[in-house]
Amino acid sequence: MRTTTPTRRRRLGAGALTASAALVLAACGGGMTPEDAAGGGDGESAEFTGEYTGPDIELSYWNGFTGGDGPFMQEMVDQFMAEHDNITIVPNTIQWADFYQRVPAAVNAGEGPDVGVMHLDQLATNAARNVIVPLDAVAEQLELTEDDFSEEVWQAGIYDDQRYGIPLDVHSLAMFYNTEHFAAAGITEPPTDGESFMAALDALQAAGYEQPFWMPARWPGHLMFLTLLQQNGGGAYGEEEATFGGAEGVEALEWMRGMVDEGYSPSDVAQDSQYVAFKNGETSITWDGIWQINDLEESGMPYALAPVPTIFDEEAFWANSHQFFMTKQATQDEDKLAASQVFLAWMSEHSADWAGAGMIPARESVQEEGLAGTAQEPIAALLDKVRFLPAIPGLGQVTTETMEQAVADAVLGQAEAGAALEQGQSQATELMAENAESFGG
Amino acid sequence: MTTTRVAAPGDTADALQHGRRAPRRGVAKHGKATPWFFLAPYLLLFGTFVIAPVVLGAWISLHRWDYTLPGKPFVGLENYAALFDPGSIPFEDFWNSMRATAIFTVGSVPLLLVLPLVVALVMNTKFPGRNLFRAVYFAPYVLGVAVVAVLWRYLLDNNIGLVNYYLGRLGLPDDTAWTTSTPAAWIALVGVTVWWTLGYNAVIYLAALQDIPRELYEAARVDGANAWQQFRHVTVPGLRPVLVFITMITIIASANMFGQSYLITQGGPGRETRTAIYQIAEVGLRQYQMGSAAAMSYVLTAALMVLSVIVFWLFRERKSS
Repeated sequence: MRTTTPTRRRRLGAGALTASAALVLAACGGGMTPEDAAGGGDGESAEFTGEYTGPDIELSYWNGFTGGDGPFMQEMVDQFMAEHDNITIVPNTIQWADFYQRVPAAVNAGEGPDVGVMHLDQLATNAARNVIVPLDAVAEQLELTEDDFSEEVWQAGIYDDQRYGIPLDVHSLAMFYNTEHFAAAGITEPPTDGESFMAALDALQAAGYEQPFWMPARWPGHLMFLTLLQQNGGGAYGEEEATFGGAEGVEALEWMRGMVDEGYSPSDVAQDSQYVAFKNGETSITWDGIWQINDLEESGMPYALAPVPTIFDEEAFWANSHQFFMTKQATQDEDKLAASQVFLAWMSEHSADWAGAGMIPARESVQEEGLAGTAQEPIAALLDKVRFLPAIPGLGQVTTETMEQAVADAVLGQAEAGAALEQGQSQATELMAENAESFGG
Repeated sequence: MTTTRVAAPGDTADALQHGRRAPRRGVAKHGKATPWFFLAPYLLLFGTFVIAPVVLGAWISLHRWDYTLPGKPFVGLENYAALFDPGSIPFEDFWNSMRATAIFTVGSVPLLLVLPLVVALVMNTKFPGRNLFRAVYFAPYVLGVAVVAVLWRYLLDNNIGLVNYYLGRLGLPDDTAWTTSTPAAWIALVGVTVWWTLGYNAVIYLAALQDIPRELYEAARVDGANAWQQFRHVTVPGLRPVLVFITMITIIASANMFGQSYLITQGGPGRETRTAIYQIAEVGLRQYQMGSAAAMSYVLTAALMVLSVIVFWLFRERKSS
């Protein structure tokens, strides 16, 4: 557990001073009362100054940055508190897998976070469950507009005509490759399309790297599938039904299984082992999330990063985005609302630092500053090629239960791609109908 | 058996009044509430943490209960009916998970009954370094399931794991997909579980073995019984009460298996190794269908209760003719 006690105590002391100073000022008639600063309780306040002048306040801030990204987030939070004496951020870091179980339960019990970060593909679900609140007014206050973001990432935070998320970053699938292997195989440029990719695999094999591209059955297998499906002109979900089992999907999944059949990958790659194999230099190429960058940096292995090659026709790749959210716990309390807004605005403005965590800051105005020289820089130019899952409540779970299973079955060779996808798709459609019913009622 | 008599106020007066009467047992004198006072602390905890959740769970199972949504409509027995209707969504996954639970239980319980007994019998003999070996067998039990699972996930990995590597060195097949194909995944899960929990049963056996009076063995030897006969006619009957206990807790523990398959195989390949508890957690906590999950857990409970009755019947004291 991360303890913030010493820092907190210092802040509280300093905060008390500032608060009393503010009170004195207010009493003299020159200052702004907390009410003025915060405006209405529903986020419809008149003016946002970027300052919080109310009494000392604690904001409970939940996120799932448990990996190499954790220290960067903590540093940002510490810096924020150093600059804001009267706001104490109490972070609570939970593994993402548990995060999505605990947040709804905690909010329901009134013990949840005031602000937090969640994945874009969970926003709709939590919005439908009334876990998080609309942030249109907040975004307006913070003067955040589509101009500063790529259209994809800005639009993705909207569910049911309302904005629920303030984008922090974009993180996508990318191609990691072992530069030593590439040099030994005489490959000078990272492959960019299907043809050059296969040529690279053959060259690597010729150079003695027998299995240069391990095909994972589990995570991130379905992210690869989503990428290939969209490159092939398919889409995973329609408004009311799953569509990933069409001809485009089958072709994409057959290509994945083909890597095993053609001997580029060993069979039965268990979870995480393709990544471990890459880290150990046993395999030359892996497609994984850019969040692995820090881990690879630390391991000291020779690697480089390139966009996922366009195996089929369309340039596209899977991505997700971390987005800030607020709960009604924050919006019901004027001071908390004001402080939360200050926090979100500050984090968004300083998101260049967040690039250090291996992510791509969502704001275009800070990208240049944060990304120069980073490993993920080549991906950032392609943000208009990223594909998110549509904002349909419950889709995250549907994907886990159906698409992930189908991909795993086919990659393991336990089912034909077509049959696996067909079953997965019909089950996904059923689950979506069930979800629509429970959220509609 | 000795009875400790607790003196009560009025006792003496009574005794004086009625002269030399045989002393009565204390409890009856204290009114009917006394035993309840003694039980109260336990009943409070039992009521709060066992009875109340059981009742609430039953109530939840009669609703479409998504705790994040305001509406929790009453659906009667619909959740149960769905579990027995082959056309419903939860049907297939639930019974698959029940089958997985059964496979795991059938695979692991016999091993967890026999192997620890063998270990306990060996540990019960005198040899140098005995305590060290006792510790060695018990040690894995101290580890948490997460540690055990992550450890074995990497050891068992069919492409980069040590298990296949050493099998290969021994000239055995080295390409078994321990975590991504059945039945290898079952062998792996049962093996890991036996390795992990064997020590616990062994310790209980060991304690029971040491409780069997030595005189019985001496008498058996005098009667000319060999080692097997001693085991058969002295050790086994001496272990009987403990055996019922171990069988029951092992069955229940195996039927509640969750962590191993969640962390080692992720329920895979497909959903083959997804156990009932896994499925219940998935439906209740991730899909928020608490009603359906509660119904599943009651069906599982019923199955386990039937099983315990069978076990008790099998181990019942048979009248020696």
